[in-house]
Amino acid sequence: MGMKRRAFLIGGAVIVGGGIFAIKWADGSARTAAMASTTKPGEASFNAWMKIAADDTVTLYSPHIDFGQGSHTGLAQMLAEELDADWAKIKIEQAPAEPGFANAVLMRFFAGGMSGFPKVAAAMPESLITMMARNMPLQITGGSSALRATGQHGFRTLGAAARQALIAEAAEKLSVPVGELTTSASKVIHAKSGKTLRYGELATGAANRSLDDEPTLKAAKDYKHIGKSPARLDIPAKVDGTAQYGIDVKLPEMRVATLVMAPVRDGKLTSVDEKPALAIKGVEKVIKLDDAVVVVAQGYWPALKGIQALAPKFTDGGHSALSTSSVFAAQDKLNAEGAPLVAGDGGKLHTASYKVPFLHQAMMEPFAMTAHFKDGKLNVWGGMQDPLSTRGQLAKAAGIEFEDVTFHSMIMGGGFGRRFPDYCQIIPQIAQIAKQCPYPVKLIWSREQEVQHGAYRPQVAARLQASLGKEGKIAAFSSDYAQKTGAGAEAEVPYKIPNFEARHHVYISNQVDAFWRSVNASQHGFFNESFMDELATLAGKDPYQFRRDHLEAGSRHLAVLDDVAKRAGWGTPLPKGTGRGIALVESFGTIVAQVIEASVKDDGTPIVHKVFSTVDCGTTVHPRNAEAQIQGGIIMGLSSAIGEEITLEKGAVVQSNFGDYPILKMADSPKLIDIKFIESGASMGGLGEPGVPPAAPALANALFAATGKRIKQLPIKAQAKV
Amino acid sequence: MPDATVGLTVNGQATKFHGEPDTPLLWALREERGLTGTKFGCGISACGACTVHVDGVPTRSCSVPISDVAGKSITTIEGLKSPDGTLHAVQQAWIDAQVPQCGYCQSGQIMAAVALIKQTGKPSDAQIDEAMTNICRCGTYPRVREAILAATGQAAKAGDA
Repeated sequence: MGMKRRAFLIGGAVIVGGGIFAIKWADGSARTAAMASTTKPGEASFNAWMKIAADDTVTLYSPHIDFGQGSHTGLAQMLAEELDADWAKIKIEQAPAEPGFANAVLMRFFAGGMSGFPKVAAAMPESLITMMARNMPLQITGGSSALRATGQHGFRTLGAAARQALIAEAAEKLSVPVGELTTSASKVIHAKSGKTLRYGELATGAANRSLDDEPTLKAAKDYKHIGKSPARLDIPAKVDGTAQYGIDVKLPEMRVATLVMAPVRDGKLTSVDEKPALAIKGVEKVIKLDDAVVVVAQGYWPALKGIQALAPKFTDGGHSALSTSSVFAAQDKLNAEGAPLVAGDGGKLHTASYKVPFLHQAMMEPFAMTAHFKDGKLNVWGGMQDPLSTRGQLAKAAGIEFEDVTFHSMIMGGGFGRRFPDYCQIIPQIAQIAKQCPYPVKLIWSREQEVQHGAYRPQVAARLQASLGKEGKIAAFSSDYAQKTGAGAEAEVPYKIPNFEARHHVYISNQVDAFWRSVNASQHGFFNESFMDELATLAGKDPYQFRRDHLEAGSRHLAVLDDVAKRAGWGTPLPKGTGRGIALVESFGTIVAQVIEASVKDDGTPIVHKVFSTVDCGTTVHPRNAEAQIQGGIIMGLSSAIGEEITLEKGAVVQSNFGDYPILKMADSPKLIDIKFIESGASMGGLGEPGVPPAAPALANALFAATGKRIKQLPIKAQAKV
Repeated sequence: MPDATVGLTVNGQATKFHGEPDTPLLWALREERGLTGTKFGCGISACGACTVHVDGVPTRSCSVPISDVAGKSITTIEGLKSPDGTLHAVQQAWIDAQVPQCGYCQSGQIMAAVALIKQTGKPSDAQIDEAMTNICRCGTYPRVREAILAATGQAAKAGDA
């Protein structure tokens, strides 16, 4: 931090304002409530996010959900690092969906453009940031942000500040100067006298001290926890069947419901004869919602049979003319209206059109939420990527106060962007169902409903244009693309190009433009990196060398690209029919390059043999988990590129289950995925998403190398058939 | 239709199910028996999250009515541990390789792997490809393979990095 503003916090009251960390707790009432709700006698709470018990146990409350990306372990490592805590005594819990646990650190991070804390965000008053986080209300898990934002700027600061307070407390107790004290494994040590004090003995006094807003953080060379790979604590319960997901909730007297929604989004229910469902054994109730019919029964099976027995009538929402081809046609038209590229250096203008379909997140756990409305209070169980905001939306849907809703966060069977409350129809549905039932109800969506009523990665068409100038270098490059919201920097390229422009054209269908792992970087990475390959061919250059020619000497991007090319043996001979493709995409602050070796199967579909990936996210906190995130990202990227698409006919989704929405399986996954991290020490980037974007273009480029066929539309399916 | 009373063995214990005879085994296990480790993923035998063993054979329980398993012996993920609580070697291999991410598909993956290993001893890569058809959206396939190989002594035991 450049600014030397300091803030001190004593027992919840801000003495001096202005700093990043302390003031976010300035709103005393919410914070005091948060501390009171989680702190038991004998425990000392430090800013609600951490408490230390008399037996030295350190418990931290994560404002992020961990759905397998390992962020809880990573956040604990970052806190333990600065606190100098004994790893064996660290516990991680999910922060309750209470305003006192709103994530103001993340709020500031988003306000600052997700790249750290630039001046504009740093200059915002803390009270405003905190108010924004609580009123939004913000407890998001997304944007690959847990470690690089909340960890780097929240938990490390908290750990360091608490450590300083523990030392100050020890200095007073031992009547020695602070400078003579050191810490190790949850103890403060006075080497001269041989005396030590445990953190548990010091916690209560330390928690009443002022916490330094800008404590000195450790240098990388002194890390003891960051960079290690401790076993993830959530895994044992995931191998013996004891982990409790949202769909596993069981309450006394609970009933199970399922539903059918209007096939066309925006369609409304016009009529339904309830009798056939009520005639089925175990069915108790049929509930009509604005755009759906719900059957409540003694179990999922009778509820599903009840739904299948009904023939509800819905309107088409005025979207009967909408289809996949009509969406692309409208988008192509918008893109064509984009300003023509000025061909620099008098070079020849090259134009190409690229297209990607809507994509379904396909989280493995179908949506499920359980609710009980009793005495004006609503209790809800489920898994969402923003519990606090979920609570607010439940209150709104039920027509009750925020304070009358309790949201219990459960383990999530995947998310990938699907579980953002803004577009989770299940939230208002469960609130309305609960209000009509005297007993708890668990609503389970069938897979068919989830596939057909998803919140998809947008369908996008793009028109790319470029001209080549002197020495085959790009003089100008533009991308016109049509989707609902602009992709911002995610539509840009990491290359040095004298004249680059990405132009967004607003296109709105009846579908929600939602988040899908790596968000806009997934489609724009495919467009730009496929087009770069086309330009390399036009320039008569090797695709790897052509990219090198457009990167700055000494840059991180070049180091990443060179490393992956070297490890993949770029330029070495391959078996006939096998091609090698390369791609480089930066997203969420992380630079990822991939080289893929692929060929075409007899049925015309691609098979990926090897993937090499080099990643620079600055620093890896938990290397083994970082590797898992990139592995998973690559496989999800390949799966979607090869076979996934959501298409529309008469405004409705055509696909319905894994039969027509194929997910890559073990047999078709690459036998080798070789990942290397470059520990550049640069500003920390995210890891949950950046592994995805290079996979599709690297595969498409490999297929071009193998077959001469250029893939311009996803999914690839059998387009490369020879 | 009268309630069926179907007698069968679940994780070594004789038990009776009282639901409708067409109720899939998955829902009988989850809702009547409270064995929620077996997961619902697709309902059409496509994803394998609901895999259990029926007389030792890996079976997608979402598509088997309880009337079809009368008298048979069912093992679920909860039944893999030894009576003293020791994990099955395959479960331990899953922890050692740090396989699960979201974890939702892993009960099914483990049940499929246990059956594969029982059948083949030391499965080859091709046998793993053929048998392990369970979907994992987190993309844990490389570690699923690593854990199967490690559990059968075909790879160095995965340890801390």
